Amino acid sequence: MSVQTTPGDAVVAANNLGLTFPTNDGDVVALSDVNLTINKGEFVSFIGPSGCGKTTFLRTIADLEQPTSGTLTINGQSPEAARRARAYGYVFQAPALYPWRTIAKNIALPLEIMGHGSAEQAERVARTMDLVNLAGFEQKYPWQLSGGMQQRASIARALAFDADLLLMDEPFGALDEIVRDHLNSELLKLWARTQKTICFVTHSIPEAVYLSTRIVVMSPRPGRVIDIIESDLPAERPLDMRETPEFLAIAARVREGLRAGHSYDEDHV
Amino acid sequence: MTRALPILTVLLAIVVIWYAAAIGMNSPWQNTLNTRAGLTDLPFTDFALQTWAQDRPLLPAPHQVIGEIWNATVALELTSKRSLAYHGWITLSSTLLGFVLGTALGVALAVIIVHNEAANRSLMPWIIASQTIPILAIAPMVVVGLGSIGITGTVPRALISMYLSFFPVVVGMVKGLRSPEAIQLDLMRTYDASPWQTFWKLRWPAAMPMLFASMKVGIAISLVGAVVSELSNAAGGGLGVRLLTGSYNGQTIQIWAALFIAAALAAVLVMLVGAAERLVNARMGVRA
Repeated sequence: MSVQTTPGDAVVAANNLGLTFPTNDGDVVALSDVNLTINKGEFVSFIGPSGCGKTTFLRTIADLEQPTSGTLTINGQSPEAARRARAYGYVFQAPALYPWRTIAKNIALPLEIMGHGSAEQAERVARTMDLVNLAGFEQKYPWQLSGGMQQRASIARALAFDADLLLMDEPFGALDEIVRDHLNSELLKLWARTQKTICFVTHSIPEAVYLSTRIVVMSPRPGRVIDIIESDLPAERPLDMRETPEFLAIAARVREGLRAGHSYDEDHV
Repeated sequence: MTRALPILTVLLAIVVIWYAAAIGMNSPWQNTLNTRAGLTDLPFTDFALQTWAQDRPLLPAPHQVIGEIWNATVALELTSKRSLAYHGWITLSSTLLGFVLGTALGVALAVIIVHNEAANRSLMPWIIASQTIPILAIAPMVVVGLGSIGITGTVPRALISMYLSFFPVVVGMVKGLRSPEAIQLDLMRTYDASPWQTFWKLRWPAAMPMLFASMKVGIAISLVGAVVSELSNAAGGGLGVRLLTGSYNGQTIQIWAALFIAAALAAVLVMLVGAAERLVNARMGVRA
């Protein structure tokens, strides 16, 4: 799938982006010289071992971390302006549902904060719950749902206020492989239906290849981009496509990139 | 029934031990009395009954205490100065007022401490220091001091209760308001939520378990504060005064009766807080 790059389409644009955390043991370079442009409608995965800065990059886009060098724009704005404009929905590693709220109330949380009327809240909650196949679980509390359903609820919560950009930080990392496969194919359908731009952090090679239009391979110490792989897999992706030579070729290239970045070395702390 | 049986067994054991102890503790005085009266070679059962029926026993038997409670509540006019219901109400009213004031003060301080780093560093040492001062030293100063400027009655006593009960609430609520996880706070930030919204939609509900835990401690020590404050003004009445006059006059049965009423009051108050907690839990969908 080739993506036409026109300057106005850039949702995320990073130029020589760097981020250094000062610690007691000296500075830790979480991100170094990251150059990346993500266009509207893309599905970009970030893959690499822990400490490679993939989550930090996502948090920097979300204005949860501040870069120490370079520039970063979201929809042509600063990350802070984009956050204030509620330009993105963020899905965390854990569902982070509020245990004292029902599923419907959890999904309504951003709508309450953003001041939507109750009729509109109800309409949007119903629509997004339908989108993630959770209809019928409105009045359940989070503890009454399985881990996979909780994470679907947190995706619905991120979709509820209709931001065009979805930032997902290893959303299925804590789930078993069967549930993860299922949610991956559902996520692809959801992406096709909503036309959102998705940034997706993972440490699973098959997941990255299966979902993405582009795969950003990252490496630690310092956190940097090793390779950016365009995927030419068709838009229609049944789960069994993961056995095709085309799929395996891309997976091999990702693995090669990770090896080049010394991601398989044993001396990682 | 399976739940009641162990409780009843323990209760029965306590009563048996109590009656036995009453014989042991009251027997020296009973022996003296019997020697004076020339009673010798009394059967043990008669002697035991004597030790359970003294006017001013070292340790009153349970039935004596219960009898005193009955006489001083149900069998007496509510307005009588000897009524335990009258004195109990005096203690209860300053306990409740002090508890409400203390909880409000504790929550307010916790909110300030959680939201302001300067307050966190400067207030907390003073709050802890306040609890190292013996309440027995403070209570007379407050009660007598306020009395000299014309403030008497429930308010000075409630202030002592407040002084004790705000402490567990501050400590508990600081922990409770800080209990939301980093990602729950990050989530609020991604919504660009105001501090006000973050407080009411995240920090406050997250702090509920700690609020009720500290309120249970708070209401029990509120009662202690009320009783201690009453010792400074014997004319004002209250269960503390009954304890005090009882000990002046060697009226051990009266002391024990007042003690029982105070303990029962504390138990009921803690249970009421527990009931409120269950009500809130049910509304917040807490797993039963």
